[in-house]
Amino acid sequence: MTRLVVQGLSKRYPGAAAPALDRLDLTIESGTLTALLGPSGCGKTTALKLIAGLLSPDAGDIRLDDASIRDLAPERRGVAMVFQNPLLFPHLTVAGNVGFGLKMRGLGAAEVTARVDAMLAMVQLAGLGHRRPAQLSGGQQQRAALARALVLQPNLLLLDEPLSSLDAGLRDEMRDLIRSLQRETGITTLIVTHDQAEAVALSDRIALLLDGRLAQHAAPQDFYRRPASMAVARFFGGVNFLAGRVEGALFHGPFGVLPLAHAEENGPATLTIRPEAIRLCPGPAAHSATVQDRCFLGTQSRITLDLSGTILQALAPPEAVRTLTPGDKVGVTIPPEALWVLPPNQPHSPDNSTA
Amino acid sequence: MRGDRLRTLVGMLLAGGLVLPFLPLAVWSVAHGWRYPDLLPQDWTGKAWTYALSDSAGVLHSFALTSFIALATTVLAALIGVPAGRALGLYRFRGKGLVTLLLLAPAILPGLAVVFGLHAILLRAGLTGTVTGVILAHLIPVLPYITLVMAAVFARFDTDFEDQARSLGASPLQTFRYVTLPAILPGLLTGALFAFLVSWSQYLLTLAIGGGRVQTLPLVLYGFAASGRNDVTGAIALLYILPGVVILIVSARLITGRGAALAGGLRP
Repeated sequence: MTRLVVQGLSKRYPGAAAPALDRLDLTIESGTLTALLGPSGCGKTTALKLIAGLLSPDAGDIRLDDASIRDLAPERRGVAMVFQNPLLFPHLTVAGNVGFGLKMRGLGAAEVTARVDAMLAMVQLAGLGHRRPAQLSGGQQQRAALARALVLQPNLLLLDEPLSSLDAGLRDEMRDLIRSLQRETGITTLIVTHDQAEAVALSDRIALLLDGRLAQHAAPQDFYRRPASMAVARFFGGVNFLAGRVEGALFHGPFGVLPLAHAEENGPATLTIRPEAIRLCPGPAAHSATVQDRCFLGTQSRITLDLSGTILQALAPPEAVRTLTPGDKVGVTIPPEALWVLPPNQPHSPDNSTA
Repeated sequence: MRGDRLRTLVGMLLAGGLVLPFLPLAVWSVAHGWRYPDLLPQDWTGKAWTYALSDSAGVLHSFALTSFIALATTVLAALIGVPAGRALGLYRFRGKGLVTLLLLAPAILPGLAVVFGLHAILLRAGLTGTVTGVILAHLIPVLPYITLVMAAVFARFDTDFEDQARSLGASPLQTFRYVTLPAILPGLLTGALFAFLVSWSQYLLTLAIGGGRVQTLPLVLYGFAASGRNDVTGAIALLYILPGVVILIVSARLITGRGAALAGGLRP
C-alpha cells in the first residue's frame, strides 16, 4: 500500500515550445485506482514515464510514501509500468515473460515458476505459459503484459492506455479484469487513458490533464456535476453554457431567471446545464422552447432546443420524445440540481452555447 | 515440381561456380608433376600437405595468428560498431550524414590511398611491425561493415522494450543482456562474420603495417605462390578459404533461418 505524491513536476522536451507537463501536483491515495485522463498530447504519458523513471523531470519531485524516488533508477523504484503495446519479449515464452522481473531480482527457478503459474491463472492464461507471445491473441498478450507487471507486486502500478490496442468486446473484459485485480491486490494504480467513459467506468478517482496542467482531480461523478472549468465540462460532454449574473440563489440568464440549488457569490458567472437533466413536457412549464432538431443516439435521443434565441441540448429516452419534430413547442423545466455555476477564476467565453 | 527442379539447377550452378575455381588448387596440392598438356597429374602425393601442416613451414602458426587477428579485430569492431550503429540507427543528430560518410569512406577509398598515412601514424605510436598495429589497421576496413549492419538492425529495434525491461526491475546491464542482445543477435552475428572475413583477407594493410613481421596467411600464401611452389600454394589456398566456406554456410543459415539456400539446392 503506497501513496504517490507528485509535486511541481515539469518536463519540456528539447526544442518544444510548450512544456509537455507544467507543474503537475497530484496525490494518489494508497490502494486507489486513479485514471490520468486527457486528450492525446496533453502530457499524460510524459507524466507516467517521469513517475516510472524513464524520463527525468526538469523540476519537481516524486515521492512514494514520503520517500523521494526522483533520482532513483527505474529498476529501483518499485514501480512497474505496462505500456500501450504489450511489448512481450519475442524471444521468451509467455511464462518467461511473466517471470522476467522475478528472474532479474535473482529469485530461484522453482519460486519463479510457482509465482508465474499462480499469476497466469489470475489473468486466465493458465496452461499457456509455454507459448510464444506471437501465438497469443491481442487480448491474451495484453493480459500477459499485465501479469508480468503484477507478479512483481509493485508499490505502484502504471498502465499506459492498456485497452486502446483492443477491440470493443475485449476492452470491456480487460477493463473488468484490471478493476478486479486492482481490488484484489490493493496495489496503488495509475492508469492513463484518453477515453472519459473508460476512466469513469474504471477508476475511483480521475485526474484530468489539459495542456500539460491538472484541470481537475476528483471522483468520476464530480466531473459531470461539478466541473472545475468550462474545458473540463466540455471534455465530459458538457454542451450547455450560459453567461449571466448570479444574485444570491438566482441566475439571471439570457432566457430568464433560473433558481440555483444554493446561493453563490454575486456577480457575472457562467452556468452549465447537464443535458440529461433538462425535462421536457408538452404543456406549459417554467420555460418554453421550440424544437430545432431530434437526433437518435441509441440509448438516448438528443433534442436541440431554442429558448428565445438560446440554444440548449437535452438528452432524453428515445421513446419519450419520439413524437417531437422540428418546430414543435415544448415546455422546459430545468431543476436546480442540473445547474452548476463554474468557478469564477476561469476565462469566461460562453461564445457558442451550441458547441 | 518445377520450382524444386529450378531450385536444384540454380543450386548446382551456384555450387559449381563456387567450387570449380578451387578444383585446380585441390589437384595441385596432391599432384606429383603436372605438366601441360596433361589433363591430370602423372602421379599423386601427400607431400605438399605434409609439408604445409608441418611445424617448419609455419603455415599452422600463421593460420592461428590470422585467426587471432581476425577474431580480435571482430570483437573490437563489435565493441565500437554496436554503440555506433545504435546511434546511427536510432537517433537523429546534427552531422549524421557526415558521420555516415566518414564511416563509409574506408569502404569506398582504395586501401592503397589510406595505407601510407596510416603507416605514418602507427609508426609514431611505435605500433608498426606489431600484431596490435595490424589489428588497429584492420579496424579501418572492418568498422564500416559492422556499423552499417548494426545501424540497420537498430533502425528496426523498438527501444520501448528496453524501457519495459527497466521498469520491470532490470538493470541497464541486465537489459542489454536479456532484452537488447537477443533482439540484435542475428544481425550482430552476420556483421561479425563479415568483419571476420574482411580482416581475414587483408593483404595490403597487413603487409604495410606489419612490415613483414606479422605473417598472416595471405602473406604466407603469396610468398609460396611467388616462389612457384604450386603444390604447397594449393594446400595453403585450401586452408585459407576454409573460414570463408564455413562462414558462407553459417550466414546462409542465419539469413534465411535455415539451410535451404545451400542444402536445399544440393539435395538430389
